[in-house]
Amino acid sequence: MNRSDRARGAWIAWRALTRSQLRGHPLQLLATVLAIALGVALGTAVYLVNSAALTEFDQAARRLVGSADIVIRGPPEGFDEALFASLARHRAVSAASPVLDLQVTLPGQRPPLQVLGLDPFRAAALQPALLGEIGADVTGLFARDTIMLSRSAAQVLELRRGDALTVIVGGAPKSLRVIGILSDAVYPEPLGIMDIATAQWSLARIGRLNRIDLRLRPGAPADAVRAALAAELPPGVVAVTPAIERGRALTATRAYRVNLNTLALVALLTGAFLVFSTQSLAVLRRRSVLGLLRALGVTRPQLQGALLGEGAAIGAAGSLLGALLGALVAALILRHLGSGFGNRAMIAGGAVLVLPSLAIAAFVLIGTAVACLGAWIPAREAARRAPALAMKAGDAEPSLRRLPTTLPGLLLIAAGAILAWLPPIGGLPLAGYLAIAALLAGAVLLIPTLMRWITGTATRSGHATLDIAVAQLQGSASISTVSLAAIVVSFSLMVAMAIMVHSFRNSFDLWLVKLLPADLQLRLSAFSDTGALALDQQTRIAELPGVARAQFRRVRQIWLSADRAPLALIARDIDPAHAGDSLPLLRAAQQSLPDGTQPAWISESLQDLYGFQPGDRLLLPLDGRLLPLFVAGIWRDYVRPDGAIVVARAAYIAATGDQSANEGSLWRRPQVSAPALEAAVRASLALGDALELIGGEQLRERSLRLFDQAFAITYALEAIAVAIGLVGVGVAASSSALARRAQFGMLRHIGMLRRQILGMLAIEGVIMSTLSAIYGLLLGAALSLILVYVINRQSFRWSIDLAIPWRQLAALSTALITAAALTALWSGRAAMSQDAVRAVREDW
Amino acid sequence: MVYAVTPLLLLDQITRRYRPEAAPVLDRLRLQLAPGEYLAIMGESGSGKSTLLNLIAGLDRPDSGRVLFEGIDLATLDDDAVTRWRRASIGFVFQAFHVLPYLTVLQNVALPLDLLGVRNPQRQERALQLLEACGIAALAPRYARELSGGELQRIAIARALVHRPRLVLADEPTGNLDARTAQQILRLLREQLHASAANAILITHSVAAAATADRILQLASGQLRPAARSAALPSVP
Repeated sequence: MNRSDRARGAWIAWRALTRSQLRGHPLQLLATVLAIALGVALGTAVYLVNSAALTEFDQAARRLVGSADIVIRGPPEGFDEALFASLARHRAVSAASPVLDLQVTLPGQRPPLQVLGLDPFRAAALQPALLGEIGADVTGLFARDTIMLSRSAAQVLELRRGDALTVIVGGAPKSLRVIGILSDAVYPEPLGIMDIATAQWSLARIGRLNRIDLRLRPGAPADAVRAALAAELPPGVVAVTPAIERGRALTATRAYRVNLNTLALVALLTGAFLVFSTQSLAVLRRRSVLGLLRALGVTRPQLQGALLGEGAAIGAAGSLLGALLGALVAALILRHLGSGFGNRAMIAGGAVLVLPSLAIAAFVLIGTAVACLGAWIPAREAARRAPALAMKAGDAEPSLRRLPTTLPGLLLIAAGAILAWLPPIGGLPLAGYLAIAALLAGAVLLIPTLMRWITGTATRSGHATLDIAVAQLQGSASISTVSLAAIVVSFSLMVAMAIMVHSFRNSFDLWLVKLLPADLQLRLSAFSDTGALALDQQTRIAELPGVARAQFRRVRQIWLSADRAPLALIARDIDPAHAGDSLPLLRAAQQSLPDGTQPAWISESLQDLYGFQPGDRLLLPLDGRLLPLFVAGIWRDYVRPDGAIVVARAAYIAATGDQSANEGSLWRRPQVSAPALEAAVRASLALGDALELIGGEQLRERSLRLFDQAFAITYALEAIAVAIGLVGVGVAASSSALARRAQFGMLRHIGMLRRQILGMLAIEGVIMSTLSAIYGLLLGAALSLILVYVINRQSFRWSIDLAIPWRQLAALSTALITAAALTALWSGRAAMSQDAVRAVREDW
Repeated sequence: MVYAVTPLLLLDQITRRYRPEAAPVLDRLRLQLAPGEYLAIMGESGSGKSTLLNLIAGLDRPDSGRVLFEGIDLATLDDDAVTRWRRASIGFVFQAFHVLPYLTVLQNVALPLDLLGVRNPQRQERALQLLEACGIAALAPRYARELSGGELQRIAIARALVHRPRLVLADEPTGNLDARTAQQILRLLREQLHASAANAILITHSVAAAATADRILQLASGQLRPAARSAALPSVP
């Protein structure tokens, strides 16, 4: 037989089989196709949104730093501008551009506006397009308090040329005059451009810069020059290349991307299990057709090829649909939610969806391959079966029972347990994910053994319906695995996710309560660099009659390493002897404070990123000097993934002389209402709505609401996975009932009532779904330990305490048992509607 | 003084069509089964043999006419009542055995007693008694999926008689068996019917099988007519 004959035989068999499936069970096929589509859609959407965000990030970075080879960066407070002169003279540097790059506080609780203070002529060497755009207006930039806005900034702020832009500098509003609007071609993102000197003057940074863009002479080795320059830089100032910045952006978002992609993979794997279930049961249902095809001359490889082709067709249809859906979802997400999926670090303004054909093709291929994987075992088993046996009525269980499951199941569970203890690989919890996959696969393989053991220990009740149901389950344990695989996988993942999210929410709530004990929280525009309350403003607030107690904080960015994002320094009132009273402290140093150091409490992220431990010393670069600190403890922080360090405010003021504050907590006197206090604070500062004031309880509620919103998509996806699992149960139940029609017919003949048969099916459904729920709960609980203690810890570098949502799990289990039992019963009822009399004459 | 003996089964002017416009498959058919009688019904494929069996078992209802079992009109019983009547009064032997693969042989045989609510140890004793009688007591703890066709049909016969039914309906009981096994099964059926004092209706294509019955009827054109016993084939003693 030549190759074309073989292919033709497989094609004929495929056509016959697929047609029978399409005609006989279109809904089951549709459910399977949708399951694959869901996984592929999710993966495609995550990929497309991320690539749009990263492409936009790259382009934005290029627009902002032009053709710089090295960028010198310092904290928002800046460094001495004398550094520019010395770097510009460096022999490897061909062009240098001094920059003040600040997030300027705006009134009205708006997001801050990024403002670049540039020397237009020096910047032109690195960003020639910019000067061309500014053109004749360049002289206008040199006038006092002038600014040019990008078109998108002007639109957002509703300003036109000649209008005044109010910004907050220190604790006071300041007015800038808009002298021009830049076209989208230069800066599509919201941005303001000022002359460097004007910016230094207007934004209270006289003599300071916080960025210098350098272009190197041709042939100068960027890495070597960067290393040489780094040695000359003052503390807290770093030299980075655009590649490092991109890498940093990628790293910051990697854990989110990996987690979202894992969700996609979970959906895809659930789809694969469903393909496995559907195909296994389709093979069982069509044994006589398969046997006939073999008897007519279709060879084993041809039959296997045809059945694999069926799986591939399901996979390809699902994958194509999924890719389309994914592109659509990605477009909707970019349009309505932005590219960050709720993660601020990932948001890139103006991200545009592009459809890379290679990547889309890869997703379609992955979906198809996963479906083929699901179809492979049933195809192999069907091809192995002798034609005579396949055509004859018989018991499908033995062929499935031959497959080894117990030992591989135990080995996979052991492998999962070992993998869970491994450290992150390349900063990612890859071993943790593998552990989950191994545990899931192992647990699924153990289902037949457990089913046989559990039903085997059941004693006969003497009630025909119950005894037949139990005997049926015991005798069909391997087929039951096929039916239950998808629901056990999806339900256990949902349980694991529910436990993890509940634990996270619980820990997050406790963290909020610990950090927000005051009645009122105040802040000057989050994530901005220029707004801060001066000491006299703080005193004014503290002395208001309604204020019982006031605490102010200074939060600023500090660069510890060029390779990592800046960390947050929080200078606040804290009693070193009782730090745990106001900080969610996890561990404290056992050693006493060494002489000449100040105590500092670092977040878990900082511990993980830089390897600091309680009792260690660290030198904190602060305004060009190094402040010796002693790590007095580790605390839990859910807000700053790049790390945070808390120092006593008195020590900070002593080291820097900076008495300003940009955050605060106020406790009101009992007789004063919160709105009255808020009004009094606003009146005392005359900052209008630039000052963000919010009640502690209100902030907690808002934070928890945002938390719930962030996880809503996860729950939605998990619910879909469980629904797909239920479809699997339905597919299995109806196939099983169909296969047992003759049995039902015989039971009707010998006097079993219709409702007794339905009762028997209901008992089987309840037993199976209860076992699935219990097994899913146990497996989910085990998986949640990996999610909580391994994946969460390694992905986000913060810990959470395990908390079990008993009520939610009970409701989920009840819903599953009811839904699965009803699905099984409904499927059985459909099979029962067939003529029981005819069924006993069917010999298959 | 004259006593009227109520026939065990009386089919009175039975007509059954598959579709209203179609010709009747059973046309004003009459049949009377005397107590203790073993009747064979033969007929070509599609002649309505199985339809007739279904009507007798209360699994189907005639378009017109009555099915009376010991004087009770089955049409007056609802589905549950007919099922309960069938459970107690009828035993079935099928061509394809229909023995549940996940139950042991003993459990399969005891199934009708289970449904009738007979408790252990009586249930097990009676089932073992029938297995013994059918020569398969040794198979009691084994699962049906491990057995041969002949063994399965012996189990089916034991199951059909275990609850002492008044009537056994056997639909092509030897259709899936070789000639030698078929003869053994027919002999066993006959013996056990006799031992249980049960009536039986055997539906078959096989002249040899029909020859084991007391009376043979031929179903053709919707009517039952007496068929001559083939002289070539001796009846099974």
